[in-house]
Amino acid sequence: MKIVVCVKQVPDSWAEKKLNPADNTLDRDAADAVVNELDEYAIEEALQIQERLGGADECPVTVLTVGPEKAIESVRKGLQMGANEGVHVVDDALHGSDALATSAVLAAAIDRLAPDLVLMGSESTDARMSVVPAMLAERTGRPQLTFAGKVDIADGAITVQRATDYGYDVVEASLPALVSVVEKINEPRYPSFKGIMAAKKKPVETLTLADLGVEPAAVGLAGAWSSVQEFAARPPRAAGTVVTDEGDGGTKAADFLATQKFI
Amino acid sequence: MSEVLVLVEHADGDVKKVTFELLTLARSLGEPAAVAIGDVSDALVASLAAGGADIVYVAAGPEFGEHVVAPKVSALQSALAASSAAGVLVPATAEGKEIAARLAVRTESGIITDAVGVSAGFVAEQSVFGGSTMVQSAVTTGTPIIAVRPNSVAAEATAGAGRRVDLDVTITDADRAAKVTDSVAQERAGRPELTEAAIVVSGGRGVGSPEGFAVVESLADALGAAVGASRAATDAGWYPHQFQVGQTGKTVSPQLYIANGISGAIQHRAGMQTSKTIVAVNKDAEAPIFDLVDFGVVGDLHVVLPQLTEEVTRRKG
Repeated sequence: MKIVVCVKQVPDSWAEKKLNPADNTLDRDAADAVVNELDEYAIEEALQIQERLGGADECPVTVLTVGPEKAIESVRKGLQMGANEGVHVVDDALHGSDALATSAVLAAAIDRLAPDLVLMGSESTDARMSVVPAMLAERTGRPQLTFAGKVDIADGAITVQRATDYGYDVVEASLPALVSVVEKINEPRYPSFKGIMAAKKKPVETLTLADLGVEPAAVGLAGAWSSVQEFAARPPRAAGTVVTDEGDGGTKAADFLATQKFI
Repeated sequence: MSEVLVLVEHADGDVKKVTFELLTLARSLGEPAAVAIGDVSDALVASLAAGGADIVYVAAGPEFGEHVVAPKVSALQSALAASSAAGVLVPATAEGKEIAARLAVRTESGIITDAVGVSAGFVAEQSVFGGSTMVQSAVTTGTPIIAVRPNSVAAEATAGAGRRVDLDVTITDADRAAKVTDSVAQERAGRPELTEAAIVVSGGRGVGSPEGFAVVESLADALGAAVGASRAATDAGWYPHQFQVGQTGKTVSPQLYIANGISGAIQHRAGMQTSKTIVAVNKDAEAPIFDLVDFGVVGDLHVVLPQLTEEVTRRKG
């Protein structure tokens, strides 16, 4: 059994983010870059599945990313946590790719790697569209097991608990399959010193669009099927009223709700 | 006038509010055409007509709900083929966005998610980066597919013609790849759904314990509101994960958001900053949440909330 974990490098989730006025894309230099938080949960889940199935020989874990030179750091993080090898798709033509193009590049890489299981976070903290897993399932023809809060694998079959608005659905499929995870699924490990040292020797394959047979014109800003026309900082909210509770804070809040016709 | 398709959200025989919002939006862009999938009754079709649908495309049958999203994509795709619609609006819920995503791949169309408004020519307005930036975007290839957040527009009840068109949908084996074998409900009964609710009352680190959420829930129930929680509260196990509001949880945009014991880090703001009116109760006068509020109380939520709840109950009673 072979697992590929898709990861994305994003600006630090806790940092303020902004757009670059030159081409209306995310200003990736404005904040520290980190592995997308939910993708760490996907890496952790892959490692736990590997441990259950008998280790790296039985169940190798590959970390895959699509992104600029610097994005190799997110592959390294996965290797430090314990993944076995990395694949980095890097190409100047990729800058400004939309979710559709990104999913097409990931699909080409997954078809090439042909894993039994694809794992990924259910959304990235920068774009927050939460659509790439579904697009990837559509493109690769794999069963879509998204928003998984629990994953079980046995005898070539996979069962997940898919988070819903009211609780969860139990979803079953056969492998190969695609799973996106939510954060309640596990608690990602921190890389150990040993893991960090070992990661330096682990293989990372670098692929270009040509290697994957993807047309450069189909990706990047020029190949995007939607475009940002303009953007502006949201006007700051008008300063509100803040009172200190002196035994009547709740009553004053109720007064406010009444003036706004909520009660 | 070109049709504008609206993917209908419905549960237990009732059309969800966001559907009426999208039908209202569709009327400003063209001829509103609802696409109802799954357990579709005559009453449901009538309700969609009353809510503004000139046409109601129906793909009825239990099988649409028995597999993860793909059969619904096939149904929406066949409505698109039958209508030559100018655009497709879906609710920006987890499932709505997944259906939109797969439809975009199948029809080679651009997709925009989490719009808070759509104007002529299907120009979508989005609020990004925790609400700090407003973006205008447009689809440049194929049929615009736009996922619109609940509560973005006010639903206006302008009845439509409601002409029913039954779709002949082929569900492929590939659509059946992920089978739903059970549905488990965990939500506490009687409260509106978090992403749809007009009022959301949420609690964070300052609530202090699972038992502490009782004061948050009491206020929510007095107001007829949904209950939310910050990442700090769900990570601590004080409140179930599916109620988390913020960057890795739900995004809400209610008429009124009441944040209790929540400091207002970007993680949380990203999920609630487009709320129309924001009220906060927090012990720390320096908490960043107070930069967002229309009304704030610096104080202990365990003292302030019971008083507020009592006042709300008294004034409503």
